[in-house]
Amino acid sequence: MTRPTPESLAQRVTPATVAAAVNTATTTVAPVATSGAGALVRSLEALGVEVAFGIPGGAILPAYDPLFDSKVRHILVRHEQGAGHAATGYAQATGKVGVCIATSGPGATNLVTPIADAYMDSVPIVAITGQVGRPYIGTDAFQEADIQGITLPITKHNFLVQDPEELPRILAEAFHLAATGRPGPVLVDIPKDVLQAHTTFAWPPSLDLPGYRPTLHPHGKQIREAARLIAQAKRPVLYVGGGVLKAGATDGLRKLAELTGIPVVTTLMGIGAFPDSHPQHLGMPGMHGTVPAVYALQRSDLLVTLGARFDDRVTGKLDSFAPEAKVVHADIDPAEIGKNRHADVPIVGDARHVIDELIAAVSGSAGGAAQYEAWWKTLNEIRERYPLGYEEPTDGTLAPQYVIERIGALVGPDAIYCAGVGQHQMWASQFIKYEKPGTWLNSGGAGTMGYAVPAAMGAKVARPDTQVWAIDGDGCFQMTNQELATCALEGIPIKVAVINNGNLGMVRQWQTLFYDGRYSNTELGTHKHRIPDFVKLAEALGCIGLRCESKDDVDKIIQQAMEINDAPVVIDFTVGKDAMVWPMVAAGTSNDEIMFARDVRPTFDEDDL
Amino acid sequence: MTNKHTLSVLVENKPGVLARVSGLFSRRSFNIDSLAVGETENPEVSRITIVVNADTSPLEQVTKQLNKLVNVLKIVELDPAQSVQRELLLVKVRADRAQRSQVLETVELFRARVIDVAPDTLTIEATGNPDKLDALLRDLEPYGIKEMVQSGLVAIGRGSRSITTGPALRAA
Repeated sequence: MTRPTPESLAQRVTPATVAAAVNTATTTVAPVATSGAGALVRSLEALGVEVAFGIPGGAILPAYDPLFDSKVRHILVRHEQGAGHAATGYAQATGKVGVCIATSGPGATNLVTPIADAYMDSVPIVAITGQVGRPYIGTDAFQEADIQGITLPITKHNFLVQDPEELPRILAEAFHLAATGRPGPVLVDIPKDVLQAHTTFAWPPSLDLPGYRPTLHPHGKQIREAARLIAQAKRPVLYVGGGVLKAGATDGLRKLAELTGIPVVTTLMGIGAFPDSHPQHLGMPGMHGTVPAVYALQRSDLLVTLGARFDDRVTGKLDSFAPEAKVVHADIDPAEIGKNRHADVPIVGDARHVIDELIAAVSGSAGGAAQYEAWWKTLNEIRERYPLGYEEPTDGTLAPQYVIERIGALVGPDAIYCAGVGQHQMWASQFIKYEKPGTWLNSGGAGTMGYAVPAAMGAKVARPDTQVWAIDGDGCFQMTNQELATCALEGIPIKVAVINNGNLGMVRQWQTLFYDGRYSNTELGTHKHRIPDFVKLAEALGCIGLRCESKDDVDKIIQQAMEINDAPVVIDFTVGKDAMVWPMVAAGTSNDEIMFARDVRPTFDEDDL
Repeated sequence: MTNKHTLSVLVENKPGVLARVSGLFSRRSFNIDSLAVGETENPEVSRITIVVNADTSPLEQVTKQLNKLVNVLKIVELDPAQSVQRELLLVKVRADRAQRSQVLETVELFRARVIDVAPDTLTIEATGNPDKLDALLRDLEPYGIKEMVQSGLVAIGRGSRSITTGPALRAA
């Protein structure tokens, strides 16, 4: 097998490596004559773009010529969806803007899912798409799609470039919009003739965004009001979402939590914002949250909501959510405040500033955990009575939770874990212990099956010295595993743990619980027929394929995978199909009806409440 | 009727902005009663007047969502009591010799104008607030309305203050 090694890749002499050695990053460029494509690539360089994920095609082709000589590393993916999720993984692992490139028509429409995904999870990516030439727009030309119109509802903003002179400004605006305020995806659609046209490139351009003024600093009055409510509260909870991670406010959060002694819950998108090992951390709230986290929200008299958005997966039935709680809601996006739940104290601002100012405001009065003694006593009892756990399967199959737990234990908190969507995602959120920001990547809002492999690829490119594990399901894995070929050829040695239960596990769980066990179209045949054989598939894609079928082999095989650093590794963990994700709040029901396990409702003694 | 709100939305005068604004309404399940768009005193700025039927809380949400559109510069809700609101109506009414004078009397009464005359019809132009135009149509109906077309509502605040200088409707 002629798999390129990282060393051989590093030694490759391409026009790009030559250019990288010659060029140094410059922030000011005097006007030079170039093409639209040249202006695009030079703008990306000036913006500090290191990597772009993409696939060329007819309309975007002019851009690929100057890209060939650029210091921007282009990673040729196998499907545009992979490019989009890779850009997302890159952005989530670094906080920098991820870039993906596609051609017009189907190339662009293949980016729709990752763009929608990035929109739901507020991830800063810029998608650059080729468009048919200006004279052909609107004529149903070959490979024409109105991608600006199509992505209107799923981008923070998008552009159709009409004039090559605009390119530097529009790209600078796109990156600015993607990265600032509430981050999100921005699409720049560029007609082929704009790329081919003669133009001049100069840097920096001046931005022209008169309608864009994100509020970063919170209003002092609201902060004082929040501090007043905190001082009065008997059962407060810090309800922390992804906004805290995006704002880089995790140190501040810890300080605030320790200063006040308030219990913390982190949402699926907020995992890593507060160490799982911290005694004040109650875990994740929501549909598959921990009993103590859900209980704390339900019984709370004050939710201090930081960068979270009262998503239906967290609140359950909205009108019975945290019925006694007053709400302090801090978010950088004013539209999130009061959208689902009335905010008694609305705070618009960047989580870092909000938290810093809250710390200052409560410093005088905060008395640490001691002031909430009764609250903590109750919570600790609940925590003791209802810990996260799982039952060993009685049919002798391997428990998926055990596999995931062991990966977390052996690989440790410095690695990046990147999940697909479904049961394995929930178990990965529950049984791996996260201690640091940016170590848990997943598709939270959109719930995009197929996210894990390409997002892990993007994260590994962003942080090559960090171990990156994709925790995937056998259903998800079959949606985007083609990017393993990209990983193998480009020297991106990710690890993929396929939690293979032979089924669309989460859907099957719902069929078990709500459809009388009528398993309509959830059996994938990856057990019964071993189609595909994931070990062979991995090898065909230039990866190392391993299989693990028994509990005794789990540690050994994880360690074996950890020792391979010159190729991507895929492990087929063949696990039982009947394991279920618990606890669970069934969709549309109240959080009060949380089930600890099948047919097991937690009992909360009256004197606890 | 009580839940009608008139929003004046100042936007950058760029292609596609109207689609962004109207798309947002349908996407977030809001019905637009009427919509009118045109340039302002500043050619780089267009003004969209939207009449929307919504309770206060959803209205606040849609206003916040509109404010998030990058091309939206400012949103002001115009209080009907503090603003002048007008629609334009063009209506073709059956008016043979026997009816003509009565139709003309109605036109006179509403300070409308006849803009086209045919042997058996009159085409009438009227401007006014929606109530006045409804009343005019009610009076013309018995003669037979052959065709009618109505513009969206446009509105401007009373007094010397201009919305380009006044406070924006910014929630939270």
